[in-house]
Amino acid sequence: MLAWNHSKKEFMQIIKDRQLVENTWTFVADDNPLPENGDITVTLARWLTDKEQLLKRSSQTGVRLIPSDQIEPLTNDLSKIGVIELNFPIFGDGRLFSQARLLRSRDGYQGEIRAVGDYLPDQVFYLARVGVNAFEFSDPNHIQEALAAMNNFSVRYQASTN
Amino acid sequence: MYQYNKQDQTLIEERVNEFRGQTQRFLSGELGPDQFRALRLMNGLYVQTHAPMLRVAVPYGLLSSKQLRKLASVARDYDRGYCHFTTRQNVQYNWPELSRVPDLLAELATVQMHAIQTSGNCLRNTTSDPLAGICKDEIEDPRPYCEIIRQWTTLHPEFAFLPRKFKIAVSGATHDRAAVQFHDIGVYLVKNEAGEIGFRILAGGGLGRTPIIGQTVRPFLEKQHLLSYLEAILRVYNLFGRRDNKYKARIKILVKETGLEKFTAMVEKEWLRIKEDMILSNERIEEIKAQFLPPAYDPSAADDNALTAQLADNTDFAKWFKYNTVEHKIAGYRGVYVSLKAPDSPPGDMTDKQLEAVADLADQFSFGEIRSTHRQNLVLADVKQADLFTVWQQLNAIKLATPNIGTVTDMICCPGLDFCSLANAGSIGVAKELNEALDDLDYIHDIGDIKINMSGCMNGCAHQSVGHIGILGVDKHGEEWYQITLGGSSENEAAIGERLGPSVPKDQITSTITTILDVYIKQRLEDEAFLETVKRVGLEPFKERVYANH
Repeated sequence: MLAWNHSKKEFMQIIKDRQLVENTWTFVADDNPLPENGDITVTLARWLTDKEQLLKRSSQTGVRLIPSDQIEPLTNDLSKIGVIELNFPIFGDGRLFSQARLLRSRDGYQGEIRAVGDYLPDQVFYLARVGVNAFEFSDPNHIQEALAAMNNFSVRYQASTN
Repeated sequence: MYQYNKQDQTLIEERVNEFRGQTQRFLSGELGPDQFRALRLMNGLYVQTHAPMLRVAVPYGLLSSKQLRKLASVARDYDRGYCHFTTRQNVQYNWPELSRVPDLLAELATVQMHAIQTSGNCLRNTTSDPLAGICKDEIEDPRPYCEIIRQWTTLHPEFAFLPRKFKIAVSGATHDRAAVQFHDIGVYLVKNEAGEIGFRILAGGGLGRTPIIGQTVRPFLEKQHLLSYLEAILRVYNLFGRRDNKYKARIKILVKETGLEKFTAMVEKEWLRIKEDMILSNERIEEIKAQFLPPAYDPSAADDNALTAQLADNTDFAKWFKYNTVEHKIAGYRGVYVSLKAPDSPPGDMTDKQLEAVADLADQFSFGEIRSTHRQNLVLADVKQADLFTVWQQLNAIKLATPNIGTVTDMICCPGLDFCSLANAGSIGVAKELNEALDDLDYIHDIGDIKINMSGCMNGCAHQSVGHIGILGVDKHGEEWYQITLGGSSENEAAIGERLGPSVPKDQITSTITTILDVYIKQRLEDEAFLETVKRVGLEPFKERVYANH
């Protein structure tokens, strides 16, 4: 079964803009072929090498970033990117927080920024404040916790993305 | 001192609620130990040898008498009747029960206290000069800027998961009493050639395993840019600081490996981009400054005639006055050090009764405020000279008047093996033994200004590498040994101590220190201080005597 064949994922819900919505995106790993249809995300490296081919597809393309990615080569492509996923290898890697902040405030990216991978519902308050507006969890129990955690604090000392 | 507004209060209460939920999830097995670890650390909770250790924040070392009384009741109700003051001016409890920590935090919140970001890889408590606002050598009171930084750091959404912990210190005086050069970011208030006051910003200082002196990244920063500059440094660090090795993850390693010039260029590039959007307005500064106005000093305080006679009549009082009080910018007032270095109690520890007694003294004689110091003592900052004798008597009655501030027995010491799971050595036991050997006050006073810092392991919580004499506990095949350094300093002429030679076994540490003191007394010229003698003669004369029989 190819990674993009997400028949199992059809019922998977994510949080987007504080609402539960159905996930329509599938990540395609570098060693898998591109599917003909469906919205997909790819690694930054694949985007940078296969950009033209990706844009010829009829569906949207997004980019899945990891903490060590340099996001600057992406700056001029942002209008073509449907979603940016921030993939946490471990929840304590805070580089993705700065990447989100830079994508929003420096690069003016207005599309969806989604947290994926190994992170905690306890982090969504912080993530939402740096510009992440969508949250995907592999554990469905985390979704309700995350929705609640967004309201953990009503006070904000810093000017940030929101 | 700064009083919380409704927003400040709401935030710490919300934090208590959040932590209550996290603790419940952990206790019910919903949250794994590693996940809970990161979350509890950001709330000051460690798991130690015997029980969790909770570190409570004392922003820039400032406490009200009400807060001190709360620390006392918490010590009684949740701990074993005492607490410990740290080198970062904070307070630690060593015996709270995990399930009761949320209640403990809720109690602290009733007096505007919390444990937010007192540990973990995040922005920590900002520290400052314990004599801020009263010392004569001050360019400007640093505390309003500390408070501005406190608010900015609290729950900063972007910098909650840094490569490693991050510490900021601010000093407003010409004499550095806050070890500013050994912080991740050091901030000095300075005056430029035009006479304007701004900040000199240092980065990349730090102690621990690899002590490094911070370097200047910006010699003069206008006040309005304080937060944008800090934000630029933190963003560069968050993105580029090493995360592959926790011992190389502090900003000092990033600055060292990148090079000061390149690092500064990276910071400045980011700063230029964001600075206009992050202006710290003059109104905002003034608003915070208004919360640090001087207290209502008695204009006739200097008219008192009794002090001179009291000093002449009572040599014990005179000794205490000489060592444990400092001059004050207002005539007729002194700053009073409350020594937490009594010979028979662990350095920095206080009992509930002592905390309450000091709170009473503060209310009666020092405008209800208390400061904690980097060297693990307290300060009553505004005592009238006419009240000094009474204050001394009362402090003496509760064993808080040992006249040893700045002397050999005013040691900085970590909790060591007795409490800490990282320690190799029982620092408290060694401190006790040293105190027993150095029981002659006249001898101690003759030795004069000397700073001994002792850490139980190379994490260096007690800053041994910047002690005039540094003592570091090391493990040799399961035995406690001690490595000694000489010549360190965390003050203006910052220096990292040099290793004297091979480490010494536990049963020789006290005799080694007394030998070092003896060499100093023989080598010194007139009233030369220990550090000056070490600088002048070098380590050789010390080595010769210490290792004479090896």
